[in-house]
Amino acid sequence: MRNFTIAALAAAALTAGPAMADTVKVGYMTTLSGSAGIIGKQMQNAVNLAMEHTGGTLGGQPAEVIFVDDQRKPDVAKQLANRLVKSERVDVVAGVIWSNLLMAIHKPVTRSGTLLISSNAGPSPLAGKDCHENFFSMSWQNDQTPEGMGKYMEEAGIKSVYLMAPNYQAGKDMMAGFKRHYTGEVAAEVYTKLGQSDFQAELSTLRAAKPEATFVFQPGGMGINFVKQWHQSGMDQVSNLYTVFTVDNLSLPALKDTALGVISTQTWSPDMDNEMNRRFVADYKAQFGGYPSFYAAQAYDTMMAIDHAVAKAGGADTDAMRAALAAGGIPTTRGSLAMNTNQFPIQNVYIREAVLDADGVATTKITGTVFENHADVYAKDCSF
Amino acid sequence: MSFILLLEQIFNGLQFGVTLFLIAAGLTLILGIMDFVFLAHGAQVMIGAYAAASLTALTGHFYLGILLAIPITFASGYLLEYLLIRHLYRRNHMDQVLATFGLILFFNELIRIGFGPAALFSSLPPSLSGFVNILPDTPYPLFRLLVIAVGLACALGIHLLVSRTRMGAMVRAGANNETMTAALGVNIRVLRRLVFAAGACLAGVAGMMLGPLTAVEPGMGEPLLILSLVVIIIGGIGSVRGAFIAAILIGIVDTMGRVLLPVILRSFMGQAAADGAGPALASMMVYILMSLVLVIRPTGLFPPKG
Repeated sequence: MRNFTIAALAAAALTAGPAMADTVKVGYMTTLSGSAGIIGKQMQNAVNLAMEHTGGTLGGQPAEVIFVDDQRKPDVAKQLANRLVKSERVDVVAGVIWSNLLMAIHKPVTRSGTLLISSNAGPSPLAGKDCHENFFSMSWQNDQTPEGMGKYMEEAGIKSVYLMAPNYQAGKDMMAGFKRHYTGEVAAEVYTKLGQSDFQAELSTLRAAKPEATFVFQPGGMGINFVKQWHQSGMDQVSNLYTVFTVDNLSLPALKDTALGVISTQTWSPDMDNEMNRRFVADYKAQFGGYPSFYAAQAYDTMMAIDHAVAKAGGADTDAMRAALAAGGIPTTRGSLAMNTNQFPIQNVYIREAVLDADGVATTKITGTVFENHADVYAKDCSF
Repeated sequence: MSFILLLEQIFNGLQFGVTLFLIAAGLTLILGIMDFVFLAHGAQVMIGAYAAASLTALTGHFYLGILLAIPITFASGYLLEYLLIRHLYRRNHMDQVLATFGLILFFNELIRIGFGPAALFSSLPPSLSGFVNILPDTPYPLFRLLVIAVGLACALGIHLLVSRTRMGAMVRAGANNETMTAALGVNIRVLRRLVFAAGACLAGVAGMMLGPLTAVEPGMGEPLLILSLVVIIIGGIGSVRGAFIAAILIGIVDTMGRVLLPVILRSFMGQAAADGAGPALASMMVYILMSLVLVIRPTGLFPPKG
């Protein structure tokens, strides 16, 4: 009797099968709680906006997005990834802000035969020796952005630079990427505590060293602290400030005119002039009151990439979607995006300056292009 | 390292120290005199910073914002004691830890609901964003000097209040023998409430002064809470004088460690190894100091008498 019930249920499931399979399921992982919750909130907003723009579908198929909060903890992320893959049976796992979390879920997701698309983190192992055919990046490889800054400062003829970053892996990666293209003198390389709130002691030392330029990577709240204190200590008269992932549309509302004129490199900016970006930025501002950050843009791009892949594949078939994404030509807020052999984007790196827009709101504006079609250095180590 | 830079770093350490003292002063009284384990003191810092930043934005005046924020932090401490804390005095320490840890989560979430998860804008008025030459050709931010001055003034005020006034005598008596003090006609419950509110207010003032310097965001007080607990342990639990000396000591040790350790390590090991070990060791300095003090004087530097 019991066997019969199971068989009947299985038959019912089979007949219901085609209708079920039509729904494209995406598991979207980001950090929604804790002090980094603001980043996750922006990404969630952008994903919802993308779904609104596609009319609730992905590639013309009905779609469902399941948001999960990784709490910025690798163990929680791993648990959630397993749940998404095994019990929710999603077609794509996407999102992930932090490199260490992405490393934790990379194997369980890709080995299960599910596609994994990063909206932010781009650790070097996943671009090189540990790359996997089921993993794609819709953001950048960690080194690409600081490499752009290294080249820019090299070409600007800057003789001496003072480096400062938090003491953790991404901080060291950023400085290594910078030095790959900058050959001038490094006056000092200072690593601060992760999560440090007061940089006055470091700034006093910097003032005494009088470097021509200072290059800083201080993401999130640390960036707000650093730039505020830089300004308050009158460092503008001592050295010129250049940053990556420090002055952006997340920190600018808290900094306002304090950060004006600060130069950064980035692969995206709200003023990029293409149809998709204009629509994304205008609708984001209208709906959520304020500029989207690059995190939001990359989250939006991730959904657009899935939309593109499902449409080209004619359904949520993993092999066909993988082929569609690997072929590149993905429509994003950064224009049509090409994919490298390691499935990281080949893209331009721009110089951005913090400015006030027509309404007097602080934002960033592209003032030049450092790299055109820039590929990361790790792709040569990657073979599937 | 030149003398001028060394002096500047001592000022930086002093400024960090007095900020820690403002947080630790109230906490050491709550912990030592009231024998109550209170972990949500960092939330009082956050409340102070948010009150000052939002009232400054609302009124358009920095000083008016601060002036209005001070009674708010006092009232928040007073209300918190009245509504919740007074019911916990007779409970054991574990219950107090659980309840006040819950308060941390509660306040962080409350701020997030009220003000959103993003950091709040806060800056200095033009009149305070200038520089003062502490030595010829050595500019130092005016606001940081003001922080030092306010911190020292508060320290002097607390010292006089506790050691010279009738009110202070009651607080000290209450700490020594609560039942006897109550029997002599002192309303010990009101006294506790006032001490608690004053402690919250001092932490709030620390938050107000941190606001223009750092990011005003949910959970901003927690890293400071841990350091102020270290201050209390080094200073001797319940001693305001000990908290003051320990706070200045920690401020200077932490600052000097961050600045000098990488330089010292670089003189006898490779650049890469020094860059890695320097910051790691610097962030441990404060705790190493605490361990040393505890080995030599298990009750802290200035344990209260009685």
